[in-house]
Amino acid sequence: MAGMQAFVGVDTLPWLIALPLIFASASFLLGPRAARAIAPAGLVIGLLAAVVLAWQVAAGGSQRQALGGWAPPLGIELYADGLTALMLLMTAVVVLPVGLYARVYFERQPGVAGFWPLTWFLIGAMNALYLSADIFNLYVTLELLGLAAVGLIILTGGVQTIAAGMRYLLAALAGSLLYLLGVALLYGAHGTLAIALLAPLLAPAPYAGLAAALMVVGLLVKSALFPLHFWLPPAHGGAAAPVSALLSALVIKASFYLLLRLWLDLFGTISTAAAGQLLGWLGAAAILWGSVLALRQEKLKMLVAYSTVAQIGYLFLLFPLVTHTGAGAATSALAGGVMQALSHAAAKSAMFLAVGNMILSSARDDIASIDGLSARHPTSLFAFAMAGVSLMGLPPSGGFVAKWLLLQAALVAGQWWWIGVIIGGGLLTAAYVLQVLRCAFMPAPRGKIFQPVPRTLEFSALALAVVSLALGFVATGPLALLTGHRS
Amino acid sequence: MSGGLLYAFTGASLVALGLYALIVYAHLLRKILAFNVMGSGVFLVLVGLAQRAGAADPVPQAMVLTGIVVAVSATALALALMRRLFTDSGATTLDETD
Amino acid sequence: MSLSEAFPLLVLAVSLGTGVVIFFLAERRRRLRSALNLGGATLKLVLVGVMLWGVFGQQHYETRYELLPGIDFALRADALGMLFITLSAVLWLLTTLYAIGYLEGSPHRSRFFGFFSLCITATTGIALAGNLLTFFLFYELLTLSTYPLVVHRGTDKALHAGKIYLAYTLAGGAVLLVGIAWLYSLAGNVEFTQGGVLSQFPPGHHAALATIFVLLIAGLGVKAALVPLHGWLPAAMAAPAPVSALLHAVAVVKAGAFGIVRVVYNVYGIEFAADLGLLVPLAIVACVTILYGSLRALVQDDLKKRLAFSTVSQVSYIIVGVAVFGPIGTIGGLVHLVHQGIMKVTLFFCAGNLAETLGVHHVSEMNGVGRRMPWTMAAFTVAAFGLIGVPPMAGFISKWYLGLGALAAHMPWVLGVLVASSLLNAAYLLPILHAAWFKPQEGPWPVETPRGRFETDWRLLGPPLVTALLTVGAGLLAAMPFSPLDWAKLIAAREYLR
Repeated sequence: MAGMQAFVGVDTLPWLIALPLIFASASFLLGPRAARAIAPAGLVIGLLAAVVLAWQVAAGGSQRQALGGWAPPLGIELYADGLTALMLLMTAVVVLPVGLYARVYFERQPGVAGFWPLTWFLIGAMNALYLSADIFNLYVTLELLGLAAVGLIILTGGVQTIAAGMRYLLAALAGSLLYLLGVALLYGAHGTLAIALLAPLLAPAPYAGLAAALMVVGLLVKSALFPLHFWLPPAHGGAAAPVSALLSALVIKASFYLLLRLWLDLFGTISTAAAGQLLGWLGAAAILWGSVLALRQEKLKMLVAYSTVAQIGYLFLLFPLVTHTGAGAATSALAGGVMQALSHAAAKSAMFLAVGNMILSSARDDIASIDGLSARHPTSLFAFAMAGVSLMGLPPSGGFVAKWLLLQAALVAGQWWWIGVIIGGGLLTAAYVLQVLRCAFMPAPRGKIFQPVPRTLEFSALALAVVSLALGFVATGPLALLTGHRS
Repeated sequence: MSGGLLYAFTGASLVALGLYALIVYAHLLRKILAFNVMGSGVFLVLVGLAQRAGAADPVPQAMVLTGIVVAVSATALALALMRRLFTDSGATTLDETD
Repeated sequence: MSLSEAFPLLVLAVSLGTGVVIFFLAERRRRLRSALNLGGATLKLVLVGVMLWGVFGQQHYETRYELLPGIDFALRADALGMLFITLSAVLWLLTTLYAIGYLEGSPHRSRFFGFFSLCITATTGIALAGNLLTFFLFYELLTLSTYPLVVHRGTDKALHAGKIYLAYTLAGGAVLLVGIAWLYSLAGNVEFTQGGVLSQFPPGHHAALATIFVLLIAGLGVKAALVPLHGWLPAAMAAPAPVSALLHAVAVVKAGAFGIVRVVYNVYGIEFAADLGLLVPLAIVACVTILYGSLRALVQDDLKKRLAFSTVSQVSYIIVGVAVFGPIGTIGGLVHLVHQGIMKVTLFFCAGNLAETLGVHHVSEMNGVGRRMPWTMAAFTVAAFGLIGVPPMAGFISKWYLGLGALAAHMPWVLGVLVASSLLNAAYLLPILHAAWFKPQEGPWPVETPRGRFETDWRLLGPPLVTALLTVGAGLLAAMPFSPLDWAKLIAAREYLR
């Protein structure tokens, strides 16, 4: 890591936001061809910046920076600790293969001019969200993220997709407004927006509980937790494959991250164990509901979308285990939840890309159409299988590490009922992953022709699947970053 | 009741009404209007709660301005989507497109 | 990384690398694929031989890597692991040769052999695992890599079998995971040590430890086909014969039994397990399985199903050896791990030959087959006698030690079960031999496809003959150094005299 020394003094924080925005403007102004050409460079630079930041945080602790030198509450402050660095890394790592995939994927569909500007905007909004340190800035970035996501969904739209985008937009806006109302209450009571300044001022009181509830509910809508998940399957299932990958892997994680950040850093004094249990049980219901519905789907992308609904439930299992449970359980639970977020991002994006390949190849989008695919396109199937292994929580994968940590947290905290939820969820996941995989082993129907799929598409899916498995082996690094430098 | 608190309560009621309308009404234009009513309600709360010792507090005003900009862009997007849906399929509610 | 640190990883890498390369080979490159397969298997055997010699001389091989704070991925070669890995390496070579011959002309061979190698990698990892978590990692990898082998043919029956297989093994894996997670939350990193690590726990924890034991045995018992968790085994007979041979002699079933051996000897320790009162229930479950398996085997007409239930019964001999307290019983159980593997694989090879060459799948169709395929049936006869326990075959050695061990542990009822089981073995195996050798052929064979110059293809004939010879050799030469018996005695000595 000697080369990293040169980057010690570099100001990564503002660049992580500015760079995507610059690329967004350039992509818009220069047109789709030029945008497609400059995109890989931007993605690679973005990844480098995230790596440098992670290294800086690991070496030197968390960072703060006031933009333009204006201090809060009038100015905007950026803040990066271990959790932020991990989220930024996750974004950069996932966006690179998906971007390379999209370059080739949209070649076949001319006229999708808005993809690159919208994607850069999406990345910029996400980075800004991860780096924000005050609750209003978080609202703004959340809204930007939602608008960009809606734009991406309706890019390749038939009527169904536009309707799905509309549903998503309305749900997202409602959620954001509830969140903003919570912000208004908190500001009204304490006169500050910065999380670091607000946290010590909060005490259990009706208005604080109301504000917290509003913000949590608003974010639950955006995170599509059962029963507020109604908008997700049509939106993620109806969008183009690379867009679905971005949505399921990254956009959902942003609102989850926000909820986690607020829960840990802001609502520490007012969150109750009961509220934590409620979130956990909603998560359990999501796992059950999502998995059962995934089993009943006939279309590939809808199956993967319902799988997202189920996997989001896993993320919320960390809340009851981190609230008033003692240091050992809380550390394990946080580590498990974050690992789950990271490995789900890699695995779900791999799955959507692989499914996109399968649909391209068989020219149909239902599960039965992939009978016999294993002979022609083993790479995409392999990517799907590896991603499935991570989602099931089988070793060796990041999903297994996450499952293990959550199990340990449940055992140490004495909340053994989550063990059944975690294990049962894994078996349900196996059921629907298998439904797709077994079709591939069946012989192809007579006369079935599988179209060839460009190598880039297959290997970007495979790369992401490998990442989700590799997370199982290199978990110590991210976990050290997470626990060592959360202030 | 002070002026600020009155604004705040009005705002809260607007949010509640807007949310109800957003969920219950099926016609897309009504939903968009409901969202705007909700937004106005939140801004009212922001302004109402932010009176500090009689002096004007710039921060909530900045927040409201930002919020209005966001709401306008979002409304524009929603209206554009609605128009596209209408021209493509003649539907004015989401249920008609299922 | 020094050589002794890298060695276990190297042994894993050989089969993993072979598998990955084969996956990417085009279907038509038969020569290259066969060469890679056999070359990889031979190289593996050589490396295992080197490691065997080293472990005998108390050489230390260990690879270690930190997976999570405080929890390591550890590969370590100890005597017990070497017993398992040597068996699997020898049988991998033979089964590979057999599979190449068996699948001649079938589609999707690259896919098959890729997963085949992955399966062996997982088995090697299980043998070399140094702690419970590493064991679990490879245990689940074994489940994942054997599923494609079971459903290889793609027929409805195969897919249905695969679904049942996965339902059982994933559920078993889930139970095992809960047990391991619970144990780790109480005891931290649980390394496999001779004599066990859990005896220092205060009595307050004993109830929890006993429950964990039940969970672990239940999870492992699915693969080890303990009654009532054995349901997947007969269903998995829909797989091609090489897969059945591998699954039932080498990989899956043995992995479950091996896991139980590890848990009793190297996690709990035999004395602590006895103190907790866990050994007698385990012995009872094993004995029930032995009798149940033999009884079900009696009524099966499908040859592979009969052999499947025989496996259910025979693997529990190993568990009985474990559950019987004392070195003699231990020796009997451990040596049977090897002997049963060799004998059962012979039987499955022969069953596969009959199915491939003559279309014979049922015992009722086997009249006079000894005249048509004498060498195959000779191997079958040798293995059958071994299974029944006729001296000087290998099976006799294991049953002898198990019986003596049962008496030494004051469990004479176990001896009774062993005797009854031997009689039942004779009851379901001797009629087959009688029909094959002494009854006249009843009509034309169901589907005769002559292969090769001999009674069948040399690749299908050679392996069962070799393993039949090994069956005789393991019994006759049991007193010689490096025989399975000798090795089992070594392991028992190191376990009880630490």
